[in-house]
Amino acid sequence: MASRVIVVTSGKGGVGKTTTTANVAAALAEMGSKVVAVDGDVGLRNLDVVMGLENRIVYTLVDAIDGHCRLSQAVIRDKRVDNLFMIPTAQSKTKDAVTPQQMIDVCDELRNDYEYVLIDCPAGIEAGFKNAAAGADEALVVTTPEVSAVRDADRIIGLLESMDKSPIRLIVNRIRSDMVKRGDMLGVSDVLDVLAIDLIGIVPDDEAVITSANSGVLLTSQASQASHAFRNIASRIAGVDVPFMNLDSREGIGIFGKIKTIFGF
Amino acid sequence: MSFISNFSNLFGIGRTTRHTKSSDMAKNRLTVAIAHDRTDISPGIMENMRRDIIAVLKKYVEIDEGNIELDLENDSAKGYFALVASVPVMKVRRTHGKP
Ligand SMILES: Nc1ncnc2c1ncn2[C@@H]1O[C@H](COP(=O)(O)OP(=O)(O)OP(=O)(O)O)[C@@H](O)[C@H]1O
Ligand SMILES: [Mg+2]
Repeated sequence: MASRVIVVTSGKGGVGKTTTTANVAAALAEMGSKVVAVDGDVGLRNLDVVMGLENRIVYTLVDAIDGHCRLSQAVIRDKRVDNLFMIPTAQSKTKDAVTPQQMIDVCDELRNDYEYVLIDCPAGIEAGFKNAAAGADEALVVTTPEVSAVRDADRIIGLLESMDKSPIRLIVNRIRSDMVKRGDMLGVSDVLDVLAIDLIGIVPDDEAVITSANSGVLLTSQASQASHAFRNIASRIAGVDVPFMNLDSREGIGIFGKIKTIFGF
Repeated sequence: MSFISNFSNLFGIGRTTRHTKSSDMAKNRLTVAIAHDRTDISPGIMENMRRDIIAVLKKYVEIDEGNIELDLENDSAKGYFALVASVPVMKVRRTHGKP
């Protein structure tokens, strides 16, 4: 069994990397794979609260790297979803607490035990990003349909290409199909035209993302548009061809448009 | 305002013709900004390029080397960057490329 190490990146901050890491990891685990989500945002620990595991932290990734514990001791098993695990990062350290080689070693050790290793990456293009991405084979690039986020995504894609990550695939998050239809938001096809990269998912702007993060439950535990979208992404990562819904059509907002919007993504 | 335009307003038709959609503006601006980001040609590379272009042109024409302009220009209408050169030609060489 060949493990896959996938880094979740964006360039611009706040576009949904942590949300994506948590929920794609959970969806992959629900499909039966053994998955570990690693918080690679050293100094700004977030993945633990989004996944609702903050009260169970004993050791962190940085403790393991510094030799204060074994790597397996920093792993938290999610009691709600079988096969789902998480490694928190340190909150009190800075980005340079970890080197690229140390991240490569961590990822290689995790390959022995997990089918998927998902790494939540910090925003930006500096050391924090380079460390988090160092040990990954593949990348997911998250953007929102906004000018600044798409521009930064292009920069990150260039860097990931120069680091030989492959495949590098795009998630367009927080799409509001009503705005796209009015011509007031970039559509997925616009973003793809500009970035010229493969698409792996479209996630609607959905209040369920915020309410589930509020209470520390995984989106995949409920039925919502966003949870459906993250499950589809997990399927596509696993090689199952799930069709994309067309959220861009500025015509056809009739009854079929409504139905698509309800079941889509 | 005529009945027709009120009617089309109601159904969101006709917006396209009267206003540029903000999503279209976003796409055009992004295309140009990203083209610029990707180009990122350093002044040193520009200088080497200028030198090489001059060398090639001199095989065919006699040029006023001091007054050559070579620039990357942003054509936002077409959505790409163009390499624009203005080269004052003094005389066409009869040898046509033979050194
Ligand atoms: N599809 C969505 N619908 C609604 N809200 C969303 C969606 N995706 C993300 N959000 C919200 O946007 C905010 C930022 O999300 P998140 O923390 O996942 O981004 P990030 O890229 O990890 O940020 P950072 O760069 O700071 O690490 C959160 O409040 C989250 O709940
Ligand atoms: Mg984050």
